Amino acid sequence: MCLAIPAKVTELLDDAMAIVALEGIKKKISTALVEDLSVGDYVLVHVGYALHKVSPEEASRTLSLMAEAGVLQEELEEIAETSK
Amino acid sequence: MKYADEFRDRDLAKSIALGIRQEAHPGRTYNLMEFCGGHTHAIFRYGVKDLMPENVRFVHGPGCPVCVLPVRRLDDAVEIAERHGVILCTYGDMMRVPGTKQRSLIRAKADGADIRMVYSTMDALKIARDNPGRQVVFFAIGFETTTPPTAVAIKQARKEGLSNFSVFCNHVLTPSAIGHILASPEVRDLGTVRIDGFLGPSHVSSVIGSEPYEFFAEEFGKPVVIAGFEPLDVMQSTLMLIRQINEGRHHVENEYTRVVTREGNLKAQDLVSKVFELRQSFEWRGLGKVPYSALKIRKDFAEFDAEKRFEVSEKVSREVKSCECPAILRGVKKPTDCKLFGTVCTPDNPMGSCMVSSEGACAAYWTYGRYRDKARSPRREVAA
Repeated sequence: MCLAIPAKVTELLDDAMAIVALEGIKKKISTALVEDLSVGDYVLVHVGYALHKVSPEEASRTLSLMAEAGVLQEELEEIAETSK
Repeated sequence: MKYADEFRDRDLAKSIALGIRQEAHPGRTYNLMEFCGGHTHAIFRYGVKDLMPENVRFVHGPGCPVCVLPVRRLDDAVEIAERHGVILCTYGDMMRVPGTKQRSLIRAKADGADIRMVYSTMDALKIARDNPGRQVVFFAIGFETTTPPTAVAIKQARKEGLSNFSVFCNHVLTPSAIGHILASPEVRDLGTVRIDGFLGPSHVSSVIGSEPYEFFAEEFGKPVVIAGFEPLDVMQSTLMLIRQINEGRHHVENEYTRVVTREGNLKAQDLVSKVFELRQSFEWRGLGKVPYSALKIRKDFAEFDAEKRFEVSEKVSREVKSCECPAILRGVKKPTDCKLFGTVCTPDNPMGSCMVSSEGACAAYWTYGRYRDKARSPRREVAA
């Protein structure tokens, strides 16, 4: 729950929502906490909300770290499980 | 996305480790508390601890919101679910935390209570929309990163007129807890450990900014370095802390400038202040009552406050006897000092909250560190 996963914004929706791509998973998230978001931006996603924008380099570094620590898969499974 | 290969630069790690060895004065000890569970994880998972000289020690602080929630509040959540027949929604981490008599949310669910794990407050709202005839309560826990999403949910519930949705609020604030560790009278009972500096939390700071720690660094005369959670971040921040301590400075420095600014996420802060206000006092597991360390829902949003909507009975809540979580959360004891650790208390059968969440010190020790202390002697050389 404490972790935040970087994801790429692929589509902006109404009502401060967006679709992000998370390691092949498409997820609808809220963008209510972030200003000026565009398609292609990377955001840190925490409990279904974009917390802030990050650079693609930061996103890549964080994802690889999470993958190596074995926590990325756990988080993705939790997202998939609770998104049903 | 292709992963970057250079993110864990061995040479850079070696050079920072060397810098730490050169700059840490052999005649003194550096006790550095990391507040964030993410840092605890990085320190163990990547062996950062092994790269430090003997006199640079990491003290694991109360940086896990699941671990610091007192048993009483968990018992209250179970009671709301069981006695009032609501749908209780919560983040997965809370499900297995043992309450009084080892009763957890997952046990209550097995006994028939309607308890559902959600990934997001938006999922809880959806459950409320889909079940207009039922009361839906979101059991909210977390630090400053998780609080804005709860604020958004409450505002959204008002916008939609969702009268069957409410929040049982347990959001807590990090700067007040750090201050309390240094200043509280309870240290006389639990004993205390000297803390020379703090690794400040990364994502919490991305929301509240580094500014709130300035008063704190000034008031208590302790340096704070806001640290990212990659191993190199932790090492670089450690070096920055050692330099401040050597120079007798106590400032807030920001190692994580690629994400954290001084002012933080103003939009999120604004939402939080509209929906929540400070509680005069809130109990933290391990720290006791900490003044102005938690948030409650403002009167203006009282109809979404589960504490106002559902009464809970006054009952006695109990921690497991012999569980050392309170002393571990203060950095006074290590997980291996607890006689329950690894015997009756394991991640499969946790007795205390520090063993439940992967961010907890006991769980991190169990996964990465339990054999390390034994293997540490004789000392290994720096980053071979």
